[in-house]
Amino acid sequence: MESTQPTESKIIELKPFTDEMIVNMGPQHPSTHGVLRLELRLDGEIVREAIPHIGYLHRCFEKHSENLSYPQIIPFTDRMDYVAAMNQNWGFCLAVEKLLEADETKDFAVPERAEYLRVLICELNRIASHLLSFGTYGMDIGAFTPFLYAFRDRERLLLLFEKVCGARLTYNYIRIGGVSEIIPMEPGSVFEQNFLEEIEEFLDYFEPKIDEYNDLLTANSIFAERTMGVAVMTAEMALSYGATGPNLRGSGVDWDLRRDEPYSIYDRFDFNVPVSKDIPELGAVLGDCWSRYKVRMDEMKESVKIVRQILAEGLPDGPVMADLKAVRPPKGEIYFRSEAPRGELGFYIVSDGTPKPVRVKGRSPCFSALSAMQELSRGLMVADIIAIIGSIDIVMGEVDR
Amino acid sequence: MSDFSSDGFFQNINLQDGTNWATDFVQDVIIPRLPEAAVGHFPVELGTVLVMIGCAGIFVALVPLLPLVLVLAERKVSARFQNRTGPMRVGPWGTLQTLADGVKLLFKEDFIPPQGDKVLFLLAPYIIFASSFAVFAAIPFGQSILVSDFNIGIFYIMAISSVIVMGVIMAGWSSNSKWSLLGALRSAAQIVSYEIPLGLSILTVVMLVESLSMSQIVDSQSNGIFTWLIFRSPFTFIAFFIFFISSIAEVNRTPFDLPEAESEIVAGFHTEYSGMRFALFFIAEYANMFAVSAIAVTLFLGGWEGVLPGYDFLGGLPGFVIKTLGLVFLMMWLRWTLPRLRVDQLMNLCWKYFIPISFFNILGTGVWGLIFQQDDVWSIGISCAIIYVGLISAYAFAGKTLARKPEPQVSSA
Repeated sequence: MESTQPTESKIIELKPFTDEMIVNMGPQHPSTHGVLRLELRLDGEIVREAIPHIGYLHRCFEKHSENLSYPQIIPFTDRMDYVAAMNQNWGFCLAVEKLLEADETKDFAVPERAEYLRVLICELNRIASHLLSFGTYGMDIGAFTPFLYAFRDRERLLLLFEKVCGARLTYNYIRIGGVSEIIPMEPGSVFEQNFLEEIEEFLDYFEPKIDEYNDLLTANSIFAERTMGVAVMTAEMALSYGATGPNLRGSGVDWDLRRDEPYSIYDRFDFNVPVSKDIPELGAVLGDCWSRYKVRMDEMKESVKIVRQILAEGLPDGPVMADLKAVRPPKGEIYFRSEAPRGELGFYIVSDGTPKPVRVKGRSPCFSALSAMQELSRGLMVADIIAIIGSIDIVMGEVDR
Repeated sequence: MSDFSSDGFFQNINLQDGTNWATDFVQDVIIPRLPEAAVGHFPVELGTVLVMIGCAGIFVALVPLLPLVLVLAERKVSARFQNRTGPMRVGPWGTLQTLADGVKLLFKEDFIPPQGDKVLFLLAPYIIFASSFAVFAAIPFGQSILVSDFNIGIFYIMAISSVIVMGVIMAGWSSNSKWSLLGALRSAAQIVSYEIPLGLSILTVVMLVESLSMSQIVDSQSNGIFTWLIFRSPFTFIAFFIFFISSIAEVNRTPFDLPEAESEIVAGFHTEYSGMRFALFFIAEYANMFAVSAIAVTLFLGGWEGVLPGYDFLGGLPGFVIKTLGLVFLMMWLRWTLPRLRVDQLMNLCWKYFIPISFFNILGTGVWGLIFQQDDVWSIGISCAIIYVGLISAYAFAGKTLARKPEPQVSSA
């Protein structure tokens, strides 16, 4: 309601604003993590509005899936979050397996050995994914060296993945009912021993490196200055936008599917869930870019812990693939979610009893997190936009699918 | 003594020292060799100018070799920091890589944005290139190894290096690209701001030496390491660090590389440049880096004078180059370690910290100059003691407050 009466004391507001300028950041831009396009409404350096435009990497995953048999869909999930493809394979397989388990007529269970291999590989994949996130985030903020350190360590992980499945990026390793046997790994064989030893070597090398990276980047004054208190996502906001994974825990919500809704054999391992909190003496605000980033750094340590427990137990004997003639789930539908490195990865599958699904829907954690972008970036500066994109850690392959 | 005498500052600018040798060269070398009929008619002034132009030509041809070496050095240094080998293919250990890159850039398409301002676009690289090389004219590389020893040397350097920002703005504006414009405006704001602490910290030196001449500044530091201006008073010690950090900002390097922040504004003011024009920006950047390091060495670290008094091997050139390259290495080290500041933090650092500290420095230097005689042994002793105590206490207090050691934050399983 506007009143026509003049107010007693007129406050003349200084408006130091100039003409607005619209700038397209992306789709070809060094730090939009792929082909994200941001339409920035700039007032000098200040961002009035940042509107994300997506779809530059859309490859019709969901439509393709309707014309493919279940095992054929797995390679497509590789291409969703190509940085953490093992976890994507697993998320899809978990959903299909849940559907298969509903079939009363068949006795279906994933073998123990396969479960262990899955957890082992997926946790290593989580480390690889977070390493990439750490490295690119450093580069976004302007430090080039952490990027190459991260890639140096990730390279060793990729070589390990290459050993078990022959691929470095798009693995197609985790299959419905177990894991791939393309490179057979007999229980107790020399190959298995070597493989586990190499993982152990890597962990021994890598664990002190995390502290080194924390010294180099996390504790760096300039880095802290740039990320602490920037783009605060409150817990309510994170929940309302559907942000999950490190983004949610960075806002202080203590929620991890591996612990709270344990799937596979996660209930057998002892690990902590990193959750951010306010650290006033450092200047970190709960839910800022630094908190989200820090959660990932701490999660790498927890993943190392899980892998160490598997190495201590050793892989159990037995087959790595369930006795499954053909993947033909019963009529029904399923939604299953798992904890991928970037958050809750859900697959919704409708089956009509044929070898092909009627409908597959992927719930992308990056997509949900990216939707908060517009609200997070209002009133910040151009350099902060880059800090936000890096801190919510999006992979455009998954956003666009 | 004082350059600021009653008959005006600019009338007093003395270019004679610089031209004497050229006139001498003409009179002693050229004129005796002329045919007899021409002796009376030979214009000595014109000859002098021609000789100077010739020397400048040699100079301009030699100085670009510096960036050539520095670019390779930067790539090798960064490679060592990052567990890489750097360029290894072209020439032994990749030593000819920069040359190969230069040749490649020569053959690249010279693209000029059709909607841009063509004249400014073509002019901008030359302005930056020329002004960054003109700085070298006043730097004393060694005893009597300098192009021109005029009595306002440091003033000339400040003036000529300020022209660079004009080229940057021209480049950003004429490209007709929004990223370029953003980069140019960032650069303008940054360089103009950081000129102030830079100039003020130079002023502390000038106040102690009582001269603007580069060679006189070096001469005043000739009695060994403790007469270097950095140790002469606690205020010049602080001024050195302000000068060095501000000069990093002046040459747009990390952590102050906002004008060309790759991850934010693509490449800043030279986004639209290609081929040799881009190479000019690139060369100028490295020339600048060397120039500011050389100025810092001249002003604070004894110039070409050695650690011990009376050192003048090859006119002190090797010592000068080693000290300068040390500072250049420090710049590279910082670049490959630190992230980048945001534009408001950059301005805060300059206006809220550096400029007040610089003014305090000038006041302090004035008082210091009143109390102590120049080159007094007592003053140097007291100054070194204060610096030592200051460093120790700074380490004790700031070390604790500045170090951020975040603990892992975990909730129980």
